This record gives sequence, C-alpha cells and structure tokens, in this order.
Amino acid sequence: MTLWQEIKEGTVISFAALRANKLRSGLTTLGIVIGIVTVTLMATAIQGLNGAFRKSISSMGSDTLFIKRFSWFNDSREAWLKSYRRPLITLDQIEALSRQATLIKAITPFSGCRLPVTYKNRTSRSVSVLGCNEQFVNIGGNTIAEGRFFNAAEANGGRPICTIGSGVATNLFPNISPLGKKIRVGGTTVEIVGIMAQQGNFLGAFSLDNQVIVPMRYYTLAFQHDADYEIQIRVASMEHIEDSKEEIRGILRKLRHVPPSVEDNFAINQQEMFIATFNRVGGIIASAGLFITGLSLFVGGIGIMNIMFVSVAERTKEIGIRKAIGAKRRTILMQFLTEAAGICLFAGLLGLAIAFPITLVINQFLPATLSLPIVGLAVGVSLLTGIVSGFLPAWRAARMNPVDALRND
Amino acid sequence: MALLQLTKISRRYVMGSETIHALREIDVSIERGEYVAIMGPSGSGKSTLMNLLGCLDTPSSGEFHLNGSDVSRMDDNQLAELRNREIGFVFQSFHLLPRSDALHNVELPLIYSGMPPARRRQRALEVLDHVGLGDRVHHKPNEMSGGQRQRVAIARALVNNPSILLADEPTGNLDSRTGDEIMVLFEELWRKGNTIILVTHEEVVARHARRIIRLRDGLIASDEPSLGVSALHAVGKS
Repeated sequence: MTLWQEIKEGTVISFAALRANKLRSGLTTLGIVIGIVTVTLMATAIQGLNGAFRKSISSMGSDTLFIKRFSWFNDSREAWLKSYRRPLITLDQIEALSRQATLIKAITPFSGCRLPVTYKNRTSRSVSVLGCNEQFVNIGGNTIAEGRFFNAAEANGGRPICTIGSGVATNLFPNISPLGKKIRVGGTTVEIVGIMAQQGNFLGAFSLDNQVIVPMRYYTLAFQHDADYEIQIRVASMEHIEDSKEEIRGILRKLRHVPPSVEDNFAINQQEMFIATFNRVGGIIASAGLFITGLSLFVGGIGIMNIMFVSVAERTKEIGIRKAIGAKRRTILMQFLTEAAGICLFAGLLGLAIAFPITLVINQFLPATLSLPIVGLAVGVSLLTGIVSGFLPAWRAARMNPVDALRND
Repeated sequence: MALLQLTKISRRYVMGSETIHALREIDVSIERGEYVAIMGPSGSGKSTLMNLLGCLDTPSSGEFHLNGSDVSRMDDNQLAELRNREIGFVFQSFHLLPRSDALHNVELPLIYSGMPPARRRQRALEVLDHVGLGDRVHHKPNEMSGGQRQRVAIARALVNNPSILLADEPTGNLDSRTGDEIMVLFEELWRKGNTIILVTHEEVVARHARRIIRLRDGLIASDEPSLGVSALHAVGKS
C-alpha cells in the first residue's frame, strides 16, 4: 500500500468514525476551534498593526532627513536631558546649510504649533499650524490636491497665505470650496491658496490632514518668534543618502561651532530609525502574543490526544481485524494520524470561518484583513497539531498485538 | 516441502512468575489441498496453534515454514504482508467491521495489498456472488443474519486467493442448520482446491475434515485421516 493510498483510506475511515461520534468529535474540535480563532485573530491584529505602522511611516518618505536638536530615540533620560541643553537651530544656519549643501534635492525649515482656526462661525479648536518654505511640497508625502503651494517669492515675502490639510477643508468648508477664502488663524487672517492631498493619520496618534501651512517668514512674524526649528531635507538620491548625511553633518558642525572630537549637538533622523525600533518592539509583542494564544491551541491539542486514546481503545478489536487481514503498522498509524489530522483540519477551517467575520469587525479600528498567509498558517498549524497530538495514540494502535487485540470485546 | 511445516514448535507465555507451556515441541506438516481439523479441549493449545498457523503470533522456539518462507524469523510487517497474501481467516464471531457494508469488508484485504479500486471492487463482487450474497453487497453486518455475516467473512477470507483458509469455530455462533450450510460451503471450497484448516472443539464439525489432529496439554495426542461427512453421506446413499 502506498502512502497516498493510506492517506486516502485513512480519510474515508476517519470520516466514518467522526460521523459515528458526532457529539464527541464536536466537543473535541471545540478546543482546536478556539485555539485557531485566537491564533488567527492575534496574527491578523499583529499584521494589521505592522501594516498601519508601515503606512504611517512611509508618509515620511525614505529619502527624507529630519534634523533636530534631539534624536528621535534616546537611550536614556540622561541622554535626553543632555540634548535638551544643546543650542537651538536657527534660521540663519538653515539658510547657510541650504546654500552650501550639494547632495540635496530640497530643504526647508520646519516648525509648528497648535492654534484655533476659524472661518465665519465655524471653528477648529486645535489645528497644527506649520511654517516652512516653498520646497516643503517636494519633500515626503506632501502633495497638493487643489489650488497650489506658495512659491519662493511668496515664502520669502512672508505673505499671509496658506495651504490647508484636507481635514481642515472638510471641517471648516462643508459645502463650498475653500480656495481664495480667508480664515482666522490665532488672531491673524490668512488666505487659502491650496489644499493638501489626504494623508491619513500618523501611527493613529494625530491626523496629518488637520493642518494649516504658512510661509516660514510669516510664521515667525505672526505666531512664534524664536522657534526650535527642525530641518527637513530630501536627499539627492537614495543610494547616496549616507554621503548626503555626511555632507550635512560636516556643514552643520561648522555652522554650529562644534569642535573636533566633540559629539554633534544636533541629530539627523530618518524613517529607518522608526522601522528598526518598531521591528524590535513589534517582534517581541508578536512573539509574546502568539505564544499566549498558542497555549490555547496546545490545550486543544491535548484534548485531541485524549480523545484519540479513547478512540484507539474503543476500536481495539477493529485494529485487530485490520491487522489480521494484512494491515501493517504503518497503515494503522496512518489511519489514526489521518483521523487526528482530519479532526484538527476541520476544526481549523471552522476556526477560520469564525475568525473571518471577527476580523471584519476589528477592521473598523485597525486595518486588519485575514490574509492568505495567515489562512495558510492556520491550516498548517491545525494540521500539525493533529499530527503531533495524534501520534502517540496512533503509535499505540500501530504496535498492538493482533492476537490480544482480537480477543478484546 | 509441505505447504505448512512446523518443526519442534514451542510457545510459552509468561504470566507473572509463572511460565505456561501452551505448545511443547510439536511437529506438524500440512500439504496443499488438505482439509484438516484441529481439535482439543480448552487449554489444549489449539488456539495457540491456530495463532501460529495464522501467522498472528510467532513461536518461542522451533521452525515454521509457510509456502517456503521461514515465518519464525519474520517481523511484524512481514507477518502482516504474509497474512494478507497467504491466509484467509474465518472467525467464530465473524469479526467484520461493523460500520462498513459487505462490499467494503470484503475489499479490505485487497486495499491492504494495494489493488487499484476498480479491480478490487470487481473482485470483491465476484467473491460475494460466489458465496451467495450477490444481492446483499451494500448491507451492513447488523442488517444481516449470522449465516450471511459468516459468508461475508468467508468471502473476505477468499478474496486474496490465499494458500490457506483458516477457520476458528466457524459454526460456533450459528444455529445448526446455518452451520451445516457453512460447512457445505467449506466442502465446496475444498473440492475446488483450497487448503482448509478448521479449529474446533466440536466432533460433528471436525468430522467434515479429511484429517483430524487432536491436541492435549500442548502435545499432539493423535493425527489421523477421516472420511469426511459428505463422504459418509455418499457411502450411506450407495
């Protein structure tokens, strides 16, 4: 008998056995069903979180550098306090950097604060008001949906104009086009010249669409005089991003009078740092989560093992008959393994059928969808559970002595 | 060499601190085409001998050759293959798979020998028809009478064309009329050239065979030819 025939025959036998013991099989599968549901949901949630994170991060652009006094990630409180004493980055330094740097495509100073924004009788109480120059639109995921961005002359002239995020547009102008309208921003009046494309939110924390962008010159005049500026830079090419960083570092050290052998008093941040940190933390969370949910599957597996022992004991005589007329050890082993795997596979599919609508509900809060790899994982894991937990009972059946087995009643 | 050749066969069982000698160095030789009955009271070792002859068990010592191959040195899997090929069992309590219909029960040995589905179905139907159950192939054991069940068991035993038909008290669970029918079937099968070994403690049943081996306390008490019931009928009629 070939392995394929054995599996085929085992499937037929196990279906008959399952049908004969519907209630028992049902109760046994319950453990596996619950296990598969939890594992599937956990995997889906983790994948959803990963996806949401990567999507947020990608809005920053992988070729964008964010230069600040602080590093995004500090190893300790001391390191953070130390960087807090660093001198501010000034607009003059940014101006000089922009003139000297050669390996960059776009550069803008960047600063922001939160202010109420009003149009007629409608008010958004807390909107990100951002100051930058005309090159901002060439960096990261910032694109214009309607109207235009301000140009270099407008930026340098410090005209009271702005572009607004799609969130502000829908909040303040439910029925009319915002273009050309004048809004009140923290006590001043600015005219809308453009609307930014929708970007969603960043890590679920804040909306990237709830913003008003004004020329930096105007921003310093109207809202914040000596801000702690950030520099956003788009490098000339992704392949030479390290060269760009080196060049920028050299220029900034000179501009900020950092003596040789003293560490930088600024930090060049990029998307990659987020991803590295996330992968580390996310990996730990994922393995812990899968381990805990895996425990429920393990309990289910023990249930299968238990019921398979009962099944083998009950069918001792059948095993004796089969062996007497020529079933080999392997054939009997395969019969019971197939039965255990069959129960678990059925339970796994049932678990998936239950998990699927739940993922649709989760999807309301997190971008979670039951993906093909997860379906594959669930099916594979349930099959494996069946084979592992069915092995010992099947082995016991396979080793039975036919004489003793036949005598059993 | 004989179809079955047992030389100085012993079988001991260890039960706790006691060793039971079920068979003590017996020699038996059975030729192809014989119709042999093995008799003896319970405890005489006849079940042990049947298990050995059926290759369900191996001897503690001695040599056993079946159809030229040395059974005493075979492992579990080789024995299974040998049983499948050489031996057809008919048990007292039929030993059919309760959830399978007659056809599937008869097909089972062919499944284990790896015959393709279409051929084994055809062969199983053929044999079922032969034992007179051509119209009962899709009945399950609990839908059939004792005699019909035993016929299914006989069909299952015959389906692989084994060298030996080994029957253990084949009429033990049947009323006498049905039992007689089964014995007539055996007679027929023997006349067609099958080798039949009958294990029984009933004199009436044993008298159907042409040779009777009597066991007592693990030894062969007697081994003599017999005329056979149908032969007696023939004598009586003439």
